[in-house]
Amino acid sequence: MTRTVLVTGVARHIGARVASVLASDPGISRVIGVDTVPPPTPARDGGPAPGGVPLGRTEFVRVDLRSPDIAQVIAAADIDTVVHVDLMSAPRALMKEHNVIGTMQLLGACQRSPLIRRVVVRSTTEVYGSSARDPAVFTEDAEPPETPSHGFAKDAVEVEGYVRGFARRRPDVTVTTLRFADFMGPGVDSPLTRYFGRPVLPTVLGFDPRLQFVHVDDGVEVLRRVTMEDRPGTFNVAGDGVLLLSQCVRRAGRPTMPLPSPAFGVLGELAGRVGLADFSPEQIRLMCHGRAVDTTRLADELGWKPKFTTAAAFDDFLRSLGRDADGGPLAALIGRIEEEFGR
Amino acid sequence: MSHDESYATVVPIDAAARGRAGSAPPGDDRLIELLDFVRRRLAGEYEIDEFGFDHELTDKVLLELLRPLYRHWFRVETLGLDNVPAEGGALVVANHSGTVPVDALMLQVAMHDEAHRPVRLLGADLVYELPVLGHLSRKTGHTLACREDADRLLRKGELVGVFPEGFKGVGKPFRDRYKLQRFGRGGFVASAIRAGVPIIPCAIVGAEEIYPKIGELRTLARALGLPYLPVTPLFPWLGPLGLIPLPSKWMIEFGEPVRTDECDPDAADDPATVFNFTDHVREIIQQRLDDLRLRRGPAFPPLF
Repeated sequence: MTRTVLVTGVARHIGARVASVLASDPGISRVIGVDTVPPPTPARDGGPAPGGVPLGRTEFVRVDLRSPDIAQVIAAADIDTVVHVDLMSAPRALMKEHNVIGTMQLLGACQRSPLIRRVVVRSTTEVYGSSARDPAVFTEDAEPPETPSHGFAKDAVEVEGYVRGFARRRPDVTVTTLRFADFMGPGVDSPLTRYFGRPVLPTVLGFDPRLQFVHVDDGVEVLRRVTMEDRPGTFNVAGDGVLLLSQCVRRAGRPTMPLPSPAFGVLGELAGRVGLADFSPEQIRLMCHGRAVDTTRLADELGWKPKFTTAAAFDDFLRSLGRDADGGPLAALIGRIEEEFGR
Repeated sequence: MSHDESYATVVPIDAAARGRAGSAPPGDDRLIELLDFVRRRLAGEYEIDEFGFDHELTDKVLLELLRPLYRHWFRVETLGLDNVPAEGGALVVANHSGTVPVDALMLQVAMHDEAHRPVRLLGADLVYELPVLGHLSRKTGHTLACREDADRLLRKGELVGVFPEGFKGVGKPFRDRYKLQRFGRGGFVASAIRAGVPIIPCAIVGAEEIYPKIGELRTLARALGLPYLPVTPLFPWLGPLGLIPLPSKWMIEFGEPVRTDECDPDAADDPATVFNFTDHVREIIQQRLDDLRLRRGPAFPPLF
């Protein structure tokens, strides 16, 4: 059976990587990549441009998901598989319409198409929110005590709602929802990666949240697998283990600036206004209470686990910033003293 | 230095560099171990479990700080340690008292030092809303008292501890000492039944006298969002000095396990079964408390 796959959000890193890996799969006849802006073009004389991922034989169509044009693309290209990775977390003003209306249009188009067999949607573990009353580890069926009411996380909750509605109306279509932990690794640009890239890291005084990451390579591999195989359902995707924020900043060897939580919000807003960082209310909550998810279901279903643990994904991200994960000058110094003593 | 050790220089350099070649004098070994510990802590190179339990920090630092209090201040004695299984899931159910939950800390030291198992306590959500307390609680192995976490820990074969009285127990007035309060909805029993693990009744005597609560500041407590703000003979009159717990004599007894594996896991959803178990466990603990209190004698021997 020939397969024609539509990938959304190919102008961004994850979308481009997924399109690229699908394009190199001989089992897929065509890969159509869509986005509102053209993907950054790889340099002419071979090798990807900075930030650019070679898209191979992916055919790019410039279309806004919020417009009904997407239905024409799906019909014209005889698309049978849709991989929807295009969720954006910034800028906030555009985001909601893009995420929610875009998904509605896309699913509406899928519903009308008789050829669609499989829909894969990228979601986020942010749908579980983050609060003091959370269970330590969320399984896919867990009902969070407080569902997110702001921003990206709320969008993701709404997107998942529309996806469930679609799955009910089209029981003949295999629908897979992947709830990804925060991506880490080379090329990833997210509020959290921007945060860890700073010279001084603000933290919430008296809180040390548990964080979980998934390496972008593993994320792409999971998306590839569920695109190629029938794996209906909702799955958490995260690297094994958890890291405390304190462990992360120590690994990064960066100084922290603990702020009481109200100050964190105000400062975050100020920083956001000058374009430094965006601390949404969700992120501040994450910085207090953290979140961890259970990934047993994914491992059982796919018979596969992410190659990178949470810690390994974070260390690889640090390396991509050109930093050692040696824990900063003091730890390195003690390491040297130890060696001296050992001799 | 002995004669053998003078040959230390012929140890291959890479083995020596690993620091534990046994070539260095014992003092150096310990120093290297300490340096290594400090370096790994500074570099974030240690593991915590998914609940946030930092095994190393708990064993090497936090329990060390509590031990003097356990050994010398409260002179804790333990009884019935045979009733704590050496491995596998089990649920320790204990009475809660003392105005400030010091009993939870002492139970943790007792479990670690005498039963050689880490206890994973289930705490109120207030603990996790407060700064410092929340993450310290996670780092020492404890988590939120909710069905998901209790089930998950028991399934993993952990030794879980609960105080079903909650704030009603820990914050009760001094005149009600050693009177067990209501045991909530018996959620802990349901978790034990689902996991098929034994319930180990535990009586803690001594905590009631550390901060005798003779009154409370209701308005201030409400303003601060706290369940209560105690008045004791020393607090708030003596200021920070009033925070020093009175050195009462403590005893902790573990009773015979109550088996739950004989009933169907589905019985966890049957309120009658759950309430029966809850009452049964509560009676055992009350009885153990009364006996143990007699056995202990005066709270502040040899005075009164």
